[in-house]
Amino acid sequence: MTTPLLDAKGLTLRFGAIPALIDVDIDITAGEVVAIVGESGSGKTTLLRVLSGMMAPDAGSVLWRGQDVLAMGEAARRRLMRTEWGYVHQNPRDGLRLAVSAGGNVGERLMAVGARHYGNIRGEALSWLAKVEIDADRIDDLPRTFSGGMQQRLQIARTLVTQPKLVFMDEPTGGLDVSVQARLLDLIRSLSRELGLSVLIVTHDIAAARLLADRILVMRRGVVVEQGLTDRVLDDPQHPYTQLLVSSVLAA
Amino acid sequence: MSTTLEGYNFAYLDEATKRMIRRALLKAVAIPGHQIPFGAREMPLPYGWGTGGIQVTAAILGPTDTLKVIDQGADDTTNAISIRRFFTRVAGVATTEHTAEATVVQTRHRIPERLLREDQIIVYQVPQPEPLSRLEPRRTETKRLHALADYGLMHVRLYEDIARFGHIAKAYDYPVMVNGRYLMSPSPIPAFDNPKMHRMAALQLFGAGREKRIYAIPPYTDVRSLDFEDHPFRPIRAPHACALCASTDTYLDEVITDDAGGRLFVCSDTDHCAERQATAQEAAE
Repeated sequence: MTTPLLDAKGLTLRFGAIPALIDVDIDITAGEVVAIVGESGSGKTTLLRVLSGMMAPDAGSVLWRGQDVLAMGEAARRRLMRTEWGYVHQNPRDGLRLAVSAGGNVGERLMAVGARHYGNIRGEALSWLAKVEIDADRIDDLPRTFSGGMQQRLQIARTLVTQPKLVFMDEPTGGLDVSVQARLLDLIRSLSRELGLSVLIVTHDIAAARLLADRILVMRRGVVVEQGLTDRVLDDPQHPYTQLLVSSVLAA
Repeated sequence: MSTTLEGYNFAYLDEATKRMIRRALLKAVAIPGHQIPFGAREMPLPYGWGTGGIQVTAAILGPTDTLKVIDQGADDTTNAISIRRFFTRVAGVATTEHTAEATVVQTRHRIPERLLREDQIIVYQVPQPEPLSRLEPRRTETKRLHALADYGLMHVRLYEDIARFGHIAKAYDYPVMVNGRYLMSPSPIPAFDNPKMHRMAALQLFGAGREKRIYAIPPYTDVRSLDFEDHPFRPIRAPHACALCASTDTYLDEVITDDAGGRLFVCSDTDHCAERQATAQEAAE
């Protein structure tokens, strides 16, 4: 087996008396899609924030290609965040600049890493808008004039434009209606396959996890109660909580 | 000319304050383009009229200096006259309207057309020292962006201009990179003046009174205006000749002469314009 891209061990974090993460181990290899599922408040988003270096854990280590993320300087971490990593927020308004046009939003990461040719930046923005199925003639429109689903797709385009290796996604389909969700999931799946992306996706939607993920981690109250291949976990759940979770999915 | 007033320390500020400002200035010169906080004092004129510039001038002025003050290029506007008279009264220094004779030039919104020399200092009045202020409202965050030299945001702003207007529409306070490291606001000088800052022989000092920041560019320092490879920086100037001195390479002011659409383009640098007119007259005689 190849060495993992991201490898975290023994992550523990408490918010006062409330344990958010208890001794969590997680790793992800190149091209792999890993889903983290669990109910609200189970520590999914906190885990994502700790892994991406936005929050420091009380104990544990996070290694990115053998490099300690938590010991990195802020400059190095920011560079990582805008080149090899990407973060898709649950609420697209957190990840987008609403006062900047769609093209500017997509171009920002390019300019942050040193692109200084307007024509090239605009060409790249156009090709990414096409990939996420946003009309080319909306390139100069402000994101606030976009629908929720379009904003989320724009955020994905903006994140993927620098061709990151690993993307953190925090419930990217939350708050969208089902048909839009389906298209977005389809988009994420095809993009991750085409680009060989590793994706760490937080979701409470079991169906989305089954569709996208190679592996799945089930979290409850800060503890990973079960993990394994998606089909194994969902078809043969071992832990009582996983069994409950799988059985509560409504069949359409 | 009014005489020196009794009862004031030389150049109005007390010596401890001047020393504090000089310390900030030394630090500013050591880190070109980096904003240094300082304890700006209340001055006997309102914020926005040049309190920052006046304090820097007061801190560097010596009894043998000759001071020139310009406001939008002109020596004869209210601000310029008031500040010049202020220093005549509280410091008793000589003042001049001629750029060539001045040792210290305090300016609002222009750089003189005449090239400045090594033995001159130019002091800018700065309303907003933070170039990223319109893009990132949090001061803590802009400080971090400066520390990490993370200036993609400024380019996003220029990108937006080109996407909307087809060219970079910023005509004044055009952001510059100083010494390849710090993004700096050149104060609201026209973009036309930006190239003059590049490798200027004179020391350039910037004072922002309300915002309590000082920054500087040492002589012969690289100052580059931000741009894109395919949309290079253009110093913008009205495509006319000066109505008084016929100059075609100076920055022009548009003057409305009546309410029937009549207008006139004249040099904004009054001293330079008068000099050219005098030379032309001599040649004619």
